[in-house]
Amino acid sequence: MIDEKNLIRYVLRLGDDALIMGHRLSEWTSRAPFLEEDLGLTNVALDFVGRARMFYQYAAQLTGGATTEDTFAYTRDVREFSNLLICELPRGDFAFTITRQFLYDAFALPFLKQLKQSTDSHLAAIAAKAEKESTYHLRRGREWVMRLGDGTDESHARMLDALDQLWGYTAELFEVDDLEENLINAGIAVDSRLLQEQWLNTVSETLSEATLPVPETTWTANGGRSGIHTESLGYLLTELQYMQRAYPGLCW
Amino acid sequence: MADHLQLFEVFIRSRRGLDHKHVGSLHADDPEQALEYARDVYTRRGEGVSIWVVASKDITASQESDCDSFYDPLDDKPYRHASMYELPEGIDSL
Repeated sequence: MIDEKNLIRYVLRLGDDALIMGHRLSEWTSRAPFLEEDLGLTNVALDFVGRARMFYQYAAQLTGGATTEDTFAYTRDVREFSNLLICELPRGDFAFTITRQFLYDAFALPFLKQLKQSTDSHLAAIAAKAEKESTYHLRRGREWVMRLGDGTDESHARMLDALDQLWGYTAELFEVDDLEENLINAGIAVDSRLLQEQWLNTVSETLSEATLPVPETTWTANGGRSGIHTESLGYLLTELQYMQRAYPGLCW
Repeated sequence: MADHLQLFEVFIRSRRGLDHKHVGSLHADDPEQALEYARDVYTRRGEGVSIWVVASKDITASQESDCDSFYDPLDDKPYRHASMYELPEGIDSL
């Protein structure tokens, strides 16, 4: 028998990843290198925000009472967010955003394929929808990584920088704590430890095509799942939650 | 950056059995990227089942100045227009 509180926390983790990633992407709106890419990035941002809504709606349904998806997005403080750190890092330059997205999507796709097998039919249904989006995101990301890595000296150097900054945050993608361990045993959660090898293959293959080395970084950072975040998440939430904080309960 | 990009024309087939229809143009670095942008720019509301992208420079187009020699000779040949013929009884439209 699983504890429903733990299921809610797991669903919120997945929702938080999606919301924070989507918000970071949305910051590119009107700032992307050119119009077509602006629309492309914004579309991906919308996919992630839509995904966050599905997870939050499910968490709200499990929670019951007056809780809604907005409760989770707009009224929780930074320590209550449980997204992976890689999602919240400031968007950086275009190479950084592309690299982050690629590293994450290479993880998200096999993750969602597994989540489709979840014994929780609600989670399985969300995963089925998101998997199609992630297939496209990964295709886009892979092409950009090759274009920039194997592009000009400038773009190559920026990709190296981005990889160097991001690599230490990828270890957290494959960490499993007690909460997840229990849900994995119940067939609900994905055991992301099992995805690491596949992820490394996908990433190494693309990096090598892009003439980029797999980083040899050994430091790692974690803590997102237990609410220990980088300072940038606070600033992100300040912007994201401003309206509801200033005018609680405000509706369109 | 857009200076380095090529212009592509986008054609979308909205349903099986219909023709590809010109819907607009966009900038991209190569055909593969153009195809992805075409998807992002022109098909977000489920408009299509198939997309073609063609580099605009590969399209040979008639010119405004060709109008006289191209189209005028057709005007005095009414039998080439469907409106010349009366519909047989029992047929409302063709």
